[in-house]
Amino acid sequence: MTPTLQGFLIVSSALFCIGLLAALSRRHAIFILIGIEMMLAAANLNFIAFWRFAPQPHPPTGVMIEIFSIAISAGEAAVGLAMVIAVYRHYRTTNVDQYDQLKG
Amino acid sequence: MNGAAFIVISVLTLAAAFAAATLPNLMHAAFCLVLALLGLAAFFFLLGAEFVGLALVFIYIGAVAVLIVFTTLLTRRDSKEHHGLNWSGVLIAFAVFTGLMWAVLKTQSLSIVPPHIRALTVNQIGQALMTGYVWPLQCIGLLLTAALIGALVLVMEEKR
Repeated sequence: MTPTLQGFLIVSSALFCIGLLAALSRRHAIFILIGIEMMLAAANLNFIAFWRFAPQPHPPTGVMIEIFSIAISAGEAAVGLAMVIAVYRHYRTTNVDQYDQLKG
Repeated sequence: MNGAAFIVISVLTLAAAFAAATLPNLMHAAFCLVLALLGLAAFFFLLGAEFVGLALVFIYIGAVAVLIVFTTLLTRRDSKEHHGLNWSGVLIAFAVFTGLMWAVLKTQSLSIVPPHIRALTVNQIGQALMTGYVWPLQCIGLLLTAALIGALVLVMEEKR
């Protein structure tokens, strides 16, 4: 039995929702970044799955988009973690509930 | 493609991802994230995208996970408290999951088996990157440079 496209989509949507759970329900800033990374990873799995199950175009478009997406998520992680450190210097905490200076 | 391998990898990946999302200790969560990303790389190998799987291992596990561990150590003073879950977030995530499942399971055209293709070589990827995708490649290089310089500027000590 070979797995169908549906199986890969189910796994990637489960991974996306676990990432959403981490990003929405945790209060630690680094956990939120971990959740965002997981959501990006689920999107990457979708790109590769749709590329593999479609008729093959000459340039491997899905793989190309995947490479660019990995590069973007690496940049996002670097900037996000730098922001966590910068905010930690001011507030001395990583609890996002206490970052409320801009709250009206 | 092997069905048993698919089931084993997906169970391992989802369990590791769920542990990374819910464990109270940040270091344990970072290691579970590494496990989940290894499972994702295994999916890419299963789907015949070996180059991307290797790139994922190098970039996510070699760079991003190490960055997360470093940030954890630098901000460790309060990594113990506030690990309560926000239940509205759990509800929203579950609702999104239900909606996605409904859409995926209802679409009949998704239950297809993969066509037979020739293996994708690194040579082909390199040729595509250097011909049709050369401008996006340059833009992504510029973006990465700007992001890394920006990250450095953000964490630099302010002169007083």
